[in-house]
Amino acid sequence: MINFSLKQLSKQLAAKKISSVELTQLYLDRIAAHNPVYNAYITVDAKTSLAQAVAADALIASGGAQALTGIPIAQKDIFCAKGWRTTCGSKMLGDFIAPYDAHVIEQFNKAGAVNLGKTNMDEFAMGSSNETSYFGPVRNPWNQNAVPGGSSGGAASAVAARLCAAATGTDTGGSIRQPAALCGITGIKPTYGTVSRYGMIAFASSLDQAGPMAKSAEDCALMLNVMTGFDCRDSTSLQREVEDYTRHLNQPLSGLRIGLPVEFFAEGLSDDVAARVQEAIAQYQKLGATVVDISLPNSKLAVPVYYVLAPAEASSNLSRFDGVRYGHRAAEYTDLADMYEKSRAEGFGAEVKRRIMMGTYVLSHGYYDAYYLQAQKIRRLIAQDFADAFKLCDVIMGPTSPSTAFNLGEKGDDPVQMYLSDIYTIAVNLAGLPGMSIPCGFGHNNMPTGLQIIGNYFDEARMLNVAHQYQLATDWHSRAPL
Amino acid sequence: MSWEIVIGLEVHTQLSTHTKIFSGASTTYGAEPNTQADAVSIALPGVLPVLNKGAVERAVKFGLAVGAHIAPRSVFARKNYFYPDLPKGYQISQFDLPVVGMGALTIQVEPLSGNAKPYEKVVRITRAHLEEDAGKSVHGASQGMTGVDLNRAGTPLLEIVSEPDMCSAAEAVAYAKALHTLVRWIGISDGNMQEGSFRCDVNVSVRRAGEPLGTRREIKNLNSFRFMQQAIDYEVQWQIDQLESGRKIHQATILFNPDTGETRAMRSKEDAHDYRYFPDPDLLPLDITPAMLDAARAELPELPEARRTRYVNELGLSAYDANSLTSSREMADFFDACVASLSPSPQSSPASERGGERENKSSISAKLCANWLIGELSAQLNRDGLEMAKCPVSHQQMSGMLSRIADNTLSNSGGKEVFRTLWAEGGEADAIIEAKGLKQVSDSGAIEALVDEIIAAQADKVAEYRSGKDKLFGFFVGLAMKASRGKANPAQLNEVLLKKLAG
Repeated sequence: MINFSLKQLSKQLAAKKISSVELTQLYLDRIAAHNPVYNAYITVDAKTSLAQAVAADALIASGGAQALTGIPIAQKDIFCAKGWRTTCGSKMLGDFIAPYDAHVIEQFNKAGAVNLGKTNMDEFAMGSSNETSYFGPVRNPWNQNAVPGGSSGGAASAVAARLCAAATGTDTGGSIRQPAALCGITGIKPTYGTVSRYGMIAFASSLDQAGPMAKSAEDCALMLNVMTGFDCRDSTSLQREVEDYTRHLNQPLSGLRIGLPVEFFAEGLSDDVAARVQEAIAQYQKLGATVVDISLPNSKLAVPVYYVLAPAEASSNLSRFDGVRYGHRAAEYTDLADMYEKSRAEGFGAEVKRRIMMGTYVLSHGYYDAYYLQAQKIRRLIAQDFADAFKLCDVIMGPTSPSTAFNLGEKGDDPVQMYLSDIYTIAVNLAGLPGMSIPCGFGHNNMPTGLQIIGNYFDEARMLNVAHQYQLATDWHSRAPL
Repeated sequence: MSWEIVIGLEVHTQLSTHTKIFSGASTTYGAEPNTQADAVSIALPGVLPVLNKGAVERAVKFGLAVGAHIAPRSVFARKNYFYPDLPKGYQISQFDLPVVGMGALTIQVEPLSGNAKPYEKVVRITRAHLEEDAGKSVHGASQGMTGVDLNRAGTPLLEIVSEPDMCSAAEAVAYAKALHTLVRWIGISDGNMQEGSFRCDVNVSVRRAGEPLGTRREIKNLNSFRFMQQAIDYEVQWQIDQLESGRKIHQATILFNPDTGETRAMRSKEDAHDYRYFPDPDLLPLDITPAMLDAARAELPELPEARRTRYVNELGLSAYDANSLTSSREMADFFDACVASLSPSPQSSPASERGGERENKSSISAKLCANWLIGELSAQLNRDGLEMAKCPVSHQQMSGMLSRIADNTLSNSGGKEVFRTLWAEGGEADAIIEAKGLKQVSDSGAIEALVDEIIAAQADKVAEYRSGKDKLFGFFVGLAMKASRGKANPAQLNEVLLKKLAG
């Protein structure tokens, strides 16, 4: 049952082979058994989850079930969920009970899905290894000494360890795709503006985008159907017609033009990942696709540009965590400035502080033009690179991450090394494009490798089709670490 | 050595939308603390701003009213600083791309001293931009702690920045008043100064004639025109004293204390924040389409300046009267309604009547209306401390009374009595005239009979008058009026008396 696809689970529920309460309890039991090791969840609330399952069973019985009704979904702890502790992986929000639902949570509630719990994450989504979480590191189910990636490390670990049927994540610079790759699962970050950011705690507003993380492309398509849609409470939400992301899944791939950016296969990419990606490309050629070399000449600037813009926005977004209205406040202080300083010094971890300082610096008087404005200009060049590339191909493929999962603590002392693990994913966020990662085999240490698929704006259905056809021809996505 | 004063104003005017600029929370003034603070006002984690279209429409109207360039695309920026009543840790404002660009406002200056005459001046408006208000810190709210009330947080403001074009307190006050009139006139703000809907920051510097601009100090948050004048007078004298005793002026933000009449520094330039402005990534650029401009233009009423010019040129009013009548839109509209009901409309006037005569008639009714509105009506409003909008006498009631003065049914003093009754009890002029017997006697036969009786009874005085004691004329008028119980038409009475006394 735990390896079933969402579609299969839905059929089981419809056929009364299992109830949502039983399915939810099954996962709750697995969480109770395995979460002490993986630490994939920050908060589990069995009572609330089971109550939702009861309601879902009633809905199924009444014939009102939708595709995800009764299915237990893990929610990244970045989404506010009414009545749930919502920490964003930070001590700052360690006791914060959200008084309202994020748009994404509302959508799952409307679909009758069960909220199985809140997954662990890097603090305020800042990290690529899930080691910055105040609630401790998450372990990779393929190797407990390895990181799951980040920032949606809890979600990736929970999906891989079968501690949920599917999960939500968010991706600011690769936070869905990189952990998906490192944990051997499928994840997609849709076009910026496709999923409402309302109620999703902001890291870098112009880059943040939510998306699903699941066992397969088909599962991701069903999840996207629930998560997307216009929301008037987010000014950057796009007003588009509702689409069914499963509609192209079964199209053949003959004639598909795959662009391979030379920059993604250059120095810095480990041999084992390179080999697996090349094998996947060869598989696509067998499926009827053609390959064309392309260039994204400004992609080497993506990491520095990102580390100007994302911290700039974050330094401002995180100003509301001041200990005045909610969140952590220092126990003792002498005056207002002291309260701010102590509350924030105690509430935020080192990586968050580092980024707040970087962001404050690049926005400061006298530096703004040289850093922030310059970075915005390069951001436009990066987007233009992709626009040029999509004149030559339908999708772009390459590695998701330069290596397989590294060990806990391995990159802890070197933030720049850590930042480089998102080298292939960041440009996609800067351009606002959709990107996904699918499992494509295993590296030297038997750790999963990820193939990244980048599509043009709003081409999610096509990308899911491309991923699904590969998953019909291969079984990497159905391998489980158990 | 004479000193020149240089003044520029930054005015924060609260826009009259029902909900906040970036959320649906109510903007009603005076509610219990934090009852109008929704998730966005509190800045809960994850909430996002959504721009209120009504605030944009009001900003555009203002821009059009001051003949400004309206930016086809403007940008919201974050102004970052920490304060407990600033829930997000930044204020959403506009920085380098404001919605309203350079415009101008014509002001009527009444010098505060000396024999100087009133004059007109054009003050340039640098820009006007949309932003959100902060909440309020209530110090000592409970047990020596500071409370934070976020009801006001997110209230829409239009910050209107002038060029440093004013060179006296009188000009600064005249500008602030003209702006205050304008924002209410075009219906974008209630302008309530006690409730903080119209707050002025005044930048003041002085220099010796011909020298470059001096260092300015900014007087924050003045919410009365009287305080503004006092604060500027004090500050100008303080700066001159400093410079004359060889000291320097340092740029600073200062506060005016109405109790002492003094200004004092709040913070110096050295403490100035680095606000780290950058475009707010949660909001799209604000695009103003030609259609939005047309819609705003169509909703704009005739503006005070145009109205003033019309009153002088078409109705023949004095500049003083025209200024007084355009001090508020309610007053001007009331005046227009009265004039319209007193003047024959072009459709109903006889074809034989010439345009010139009609104009002359409107001019006479206009003068009559102006005198009553500026005189009796304004005085009564002042006595009762009422705004024109709260005037208990409607323009229908007022013109009912005025038309009886115009057609000689009512004397001026009779009119005052009718007006007092309308004010206190309401009703309708004709009924009051009837009930109080105020109808003027215009029957020449009756007046002649009355005069004949007096002449017969006062033979001695008549003789004195006829022998050259002209001053006695008033005596006869008094007697006649008394005999008519005040109801004789004074003009007619004069005429008859003159004739009969002449013998």
